[in-house]
Amino acid sequence: MTHPFPFSAIVGQDDMKLAMILTAIDPKLGGVLVFGDRGTGKSTAVRALAALLPPIQAVHGCPVNAANPADVPDWAGLETHEMAERPTPVVDLPLGVTEDRVTGALDIERALTQGEKAFQPGLLAQANRGYLYIDEVNLLEDHIVDLLLDVAQSGENVVEREGLSIRHPARFVLVGSGNPEEGELRPQLLDRFGLSVEVRSPNNIDDRIEVIKRRDAYETDAAKFLRKWGKEDTRLRDRILTARGFLGDIETRNPALRDCAELCMALGADGLRGELTLLRAGRALAAFDGAKSLGRAQLRRVAPLALSHRLRRDPLDEAGSATRVARTVTEVLG
Amino acid sequence: MTAPRWDAAQLALALLSIDPVGLGGIVVRARVGPVRDAFLAELGSIHLPCRRIHPDISDEALFGGLDLSATLTAQKVVFSRGLMYEPAAIVLTMAERTAPTLAAKLAQAIDDIPHFTLVALDEGTDADERCPPALSERTAFRADLDGIGRMQTPPSDLPDPAVARALYPRVPATSQAIEALTALAARYGVDSLRAPLFALRAARAHAALFGRVSLVSDDIAAAAGLVYGHRATQMPTDEDEPQDDPPPPPDQDEADSPQGQDDDILDIPPEMLIEAVRAMLPEGMLETLVPAGTARGARGSGAGARRKGNRRGRPLPSRPGRLDGRARIDLVATLRAAAPWQPLRRKLSARKHRLLIHPSDIHVKRYEDRSDRLLIFTVDASGSAALARLAEAKGAVELLLAQAYARRDHVALIAFRGDGAQLLLPPTRSLVQTKRRLAALPGGGGTPLAAGLQAAGELADHARGHGLSPAIAVLTDGRANIALDGRADRVRAAEDAVRLGRWLRGSGVPGVVLDMGNRPARQLAELAAQMGARYLPMPRADAGRLSAAVGAALDG
Repeated sequence: MTHPFPFSAIVGQDDMKLAMILTAIDPKLGGVLVFGDRGTGKSTAVRALAALLPPIQAVHGCPVNAANPADVPDWAGLETHEMAERPTPVVDLPLGVTEDRVTGALDIERALTQGEKAFQPGLLAQANRGYLYIDEVNLLEDHIVDLLLDVAQSGENVVEREGLSIRHPARFVLVGSGNPEEGELRPQLLDRFGLSVEVRSPNNIDDRIEVIKRRDAYETDAAKFLRKWGKEDTRLRDRILTARGFLGDIETRNPALRDCAELCMALGADGLRGELTLLRAGRALAAFDGAKSLGRAQLRRVAPLALSHRLRRDPLDEAGSATRVARTVTEVLG
Repeated sequence: MTAPRWDAAQLALALLSIDPVGLGGIVVRARVGPVRDAFLAELGSIHLPCRRIHPDISDEALFGGLDLSATLTAQKVVFSRGLMYEPAAIVLTMAERTAPTLAAKLAQAIDDIPHFTLVALDEGTDADERCPPALSERTAFRADLDGIGRMQTPPSDLPDPAVARALYPRVPATSQAIEALTALAARYGVDSLRAPLFALRAARAHAALFGRVSLVSDDIAAAAGLVYGHRATQMPTDEDEPQDDPPPPPDQDEADSPQGQDDDILDIPPEMLIEAVRAMLPEGMLETLVPAGTARGARGSGAGARRKGNRRGRPLPSRPGRLDGRARIDLVATLRAAAPWQPLRRKLSARKHRLLIHPSDIHVKRYEDRSDRLLIFTVDASGSAALARLAEAKGAVELLLAQAYARRDHVALIAFRGDGAQLLLPPTRSLVQTKRRLAALPGGGGTPLAAGLQAAGELADHARGHGLSPAIAVLTDGRANIALDGRADRVRAAEDAVRLGRWLRGSGVPGVVLDMGNRPARQLAELAAQMGARYLPMPRADAGRLSAAVGAALDG
């Protein structure tokens, strides 16, 4: 497939699309977790987002996509430092991946054939300044999860193994998807995701028909379909870029901060990461909406995304956590 | 005399060979035998090279990579190209034993590079052993060949798919067809949106197969039957009131189809489509639908159950071995093994002053891992064990599962009542699944204790085969009154229970027997002794105490 399905042509799934747009506006939000049934367009949306994002400026040939020549690591062995444009990296983390492949390791090929000690960068290096996408994140092996937790927190990958001692920046937006029926996600990893979304198949027959029609049109004549939706995608990209520019200017007044804190207290969310994410997500949404300051409208919209996965799990509670958040939001914000 | 299922399977295969990639593939559920062989012999009609893979295939073989052994022998870098490099019809044998990780990797590959078709050979014997849903979701068809006799399998008399292949791109999808197929999927509770897409392609392929360039109602019906039959999770709701709730009629105002030929499908009778799918529903589907009571009959195999940790845990001394893409090389040990031979090898080798390592020097790291524990709750759901007790057992299972994050436990639930035992919750760590299953646990009837123990023992054996350490917790009031053969005979029932207890002890499964009766029963203490299990009389236990007691008894 040459060009993925256009982002704006995805029918419905507004929460998922909004969450992805917000992380594109503010990468510091800490990623999106998409949980839902099979065949609801999770993977399609992530790949579409990659195609939507504007390219980045990076040193040509740099293994960690450094933004300026001073940041290129020594071990890369680059002679020239030309800048080049490259698409926002979106790196797939396959499930059966080995530790070496994630963090990078001794280049065994060179070690054995040429007797040289060289570092072969891994997926974390590739994903720097971009997205790291983990499909079926709940099936990921525990030791890989531990690695990711550490790096996602510090933004730096430290390799101390097989006689190598190397550190390089690894700042990426974590995007995970999975199906909760196949296994739970460890709470530590859950907490690292800034936003979480639950997706379901559309239960409206017209929406479903529209999905099939668009998909069929895309498969019959991709070029025509892309021409039709390309304009929408460009408009959305421009809006994201504008929002990025305004992000710093969004005012946050004390009442909004108080709202955030009250919401998190009422929900009993662990730690303060909830408030911080809520605040950031709200500001990103305000920038996207073209508002001057963070208001209750934005908080109300992003609260379920930012908080529903941070609640204490109550195994005997039948209602989903999204419902609990919605209820509390109505109580606190009125 | 031809079996209808054989005809359907052959039709599915013919359609698949018209658009092998677009239709994703087929899951063939059959035991090894002449019937399956006869079916597989016809795979040749798919114009793709056949590649057989098995569930233990290494990543290297699938996706390619550096071939270390060859590299070292040839003294230059040799890359192997994986199977997934070229278009192929991938035949996955023993699909029911595919680990979730391999299934996810294959699914990713199929999504990324659309040039595969998957033929998954599912040899599972019972309902819980089956092709991973991640894969069956991505294949359009499913052929169930079990129970078809050899004489019922004549060769196909369908038109040649090779001719249809040229016609296929000229069959357009009409919006009426899309609407009819989508509406039908919704009525049968097929949630995934991949299914209507598959059905649409199957309908177009069906039209092409019979030499048409436009869809007629036959095509739609055949496609719906083949694609939705095995995916259905509910019967259409308007069965009792036929005319009340028809699907939204195909919208006739919407005239974006320029073709005039497709007039005859403007009114596909919905009943006809519903019948087409019903004819294809697997036998016994209604029984599995009713007790589940959920819109979705998803049955995961309990993820994480098949981890055999040889890549993590406590390190063991390294061993000579082959690099298969999963093992990690122990570089120091490899060099140490190679060191003494260097002078000799340099003499024999043309190139001097180099480190010469042979494949036989390679040492790989090994780890010892404690496998995950599986707690099998065997719960008495008979009339004598009061219903309240059942609620406590449910609560305990959920509490234990909530702690499973920290303890890495899996949980399974077997209930025995009436004349047999039933596996209600296959080994899992998923809260979502557990809640769904527990909500529907029924109570009442006799106490077939022996049947419960037998089911627990079998599950324990099965789990051990997948690398888990099983333990059994029996919750009962001990008044066994149904023997193993289903007869109401108090004496036989007690004897059978004791016999199975001994068997459990012999197979070395640790356990605990929780007496839920109001007075401790001597019979149960005896049973526990036979099982080599701990006996805990627990009148008036609540969910919290129960879970604490089980935890303490099994840890101690």
